[in-house]
Amino acid sequence: MSQSLPLPVANADSLPYWNAARERRLVIRKCKECGELHFMPRHLCPACWSDQLEWVDVKGTGTVHSFSVIRRASDPAFAHLVPYVTALIDLDEGPRMMTNVLGDDALSVRIGDRVTLTFEDRGDGALLPQFVRASAEGRA
Amino acid sequence: MKSPASLRNKVAIVGVGESDIGRVPHMTGLGLNAQAAKRALNDAGLKISDIDGLLTAYSFTEPYFMLGSVMCEYLGLKPRYNASMVVGGASPAVMLKHAAEAIASGQAETILVCAGENRATGQTRDAAMAALLAVGHPYFEQPYGGSIPGYYGMIAQRHMHVYGTTREQMATLAVQTREHALLHPNAHMKTPLTVEQVLSAKPIADPLGMLDCCLLSDAGGAFIVTSAERARDLKSKPIYLQGIGEYHTHEHLMCAPSLTEFGATESGRVAYEMAGLGPKDMDFAELYDCFSIVPMIELEELGFCGRGESGPFVAEGNTRIGGKLPINTHGGMLSHAHAGAAGGLFGIVEAVRQLRGGLGARQVEGAEVALVHNEGGILSSHCTLILANNKG
Ligand SMILES: [Zn+2]
Repeated sequence: MSQSLPLPVANADSLPYWNAARERRLVIRKCKECGELHFMPRHLCPACWSDQLEWVDVKGTGTVHSFSVIRRASDPAFAHLVPYVTALIDLDEGPRMMTNVLGDDALSVRIGDRVTLTFEDRGDGALLPQFVRASAEGRA
Repeated sequence: MKSPASLRNKVAIVGVGESDIGRVPHMTGLGLNAQAAKRALNDAGLKISDIDGLLTAYSFTEPYFMLGSVMCEYLGLKPRYNASMVVGGASPAVMLKHAAEAIASGQAETILVCAGENRATGQTRDAAMAALLAVGHPYFEQPYGGSIPGYYGMIAQRHMHVYGTTREQMATLAVQTREHALLHPNAHMKTPLTVEQVLSAKPIADPLGMLDCCLLSDAGGAFIVTSAERARDLKSKPIYLQGIGEYHTHEHLMCAPSLTEFGATESGRVAYEMAGLGPKDMDFAELYDCFSIVPMIELEELGFCGRGESGPFVAEGNTRIGGKLPINTHGGMLSHAHAGAAGGLFGIVEAVRQLRGGLGARQVEGAEVALVHNEGGILSSHCTLILANNKG
């Protein structure tokens, strides 16, 4: 079923990110000049424009900043999953990213919930970073 | 922050037009633009040869690249100033800013601004939704099945969490907007609406239901801008641009600096400063309303009520025609029309009509100064303008 969902697409900015995901690691960009951490991966630090960036692993814990339960999917590939949760997750390291909240109790998600990292198999060895509620069992 | 060169009272809107609206299957998107343009030209009492500039936006429904050049070709215009601009829903107000700058610097004298699409009948509803997916980040949002209502749903959810805003308050805004649309002869929606209907409508993306979401219409809109000097000789009452400001903070919601504070505060600040006016001077406002939560956030950002106070402000009826600050007097994008960049453009058209006066039951009594706000993306790009029927 998950094979019909979109596969991640890597480009020159993000290839190490998606390669790390295939190893069940979530990495983000850190600026060696000013220390700024950012999501999503870029060629330059958005704070100081330094091109001296490194990849750092995150702990894989975060907090739900907001969420929406999608009841009508805009992308037909997701239609069979409704209702499902999209959320903005504040990583404990600071940057914010958008993922789904997976797991049997996902629809009970609330702002402020603690979440932990998991990976969703999208086929062809591609793993998509995802989150589950801290107390929940992930489906991935 | 540097202030832009003042455009205060340099230009006026002298003609406005809207196409047939709703489901108009016998017309193309370009045809809708053309019909609106012709009506705006007639409204201004100008000739085709008077137009020496054209600005337009984008089309999701018809496969045109270089839409500005395409519109020139379709309309038989050979202007010396032309561009197609893409800052989403903020495009019409930003186009007015560019038009004003071009006129103030002598690059053009009379500029036609038009936008619109056949979004109701030019494609299926699913195709429309799929095209709009492009608003989500292709690599870091779309793989998670995001949708535009979902992104705005997260903004609404956060507002409810932080400020206690309720679904009923959001529904009340949609109902008031519908009441206004019923007073507009050309509005897409023609039936009354209740709070209960909004709350029980088909859920789309929590907390937003179908009736919290804007329409998909066939619609085109147009306005004509010229110098304040030239405007004096034309048949319509000139509506002067007193202040205008824009601000851009992100494109994708995951990169928004905040889910409760956006760029409208800054675009509004610049517009107010240029006009030498403040929120209390506005007789009404036309606020971008792609979803019911959006004009509520804009009321806060633009200083019409305190941060987090938009729910009670709307529920108390302040934003109805006859209230303290009527908003979206034509029915907005929730009930009048939404089609690409035409949605926000109709806010400008309506402000001009209100400021000219004579709209009967829809008329805001004594209207002299109005604020219009356009936003694009996911509250990403912002442009605020202040229009008045005198030079203040
Ligand atoms: Zn840096």
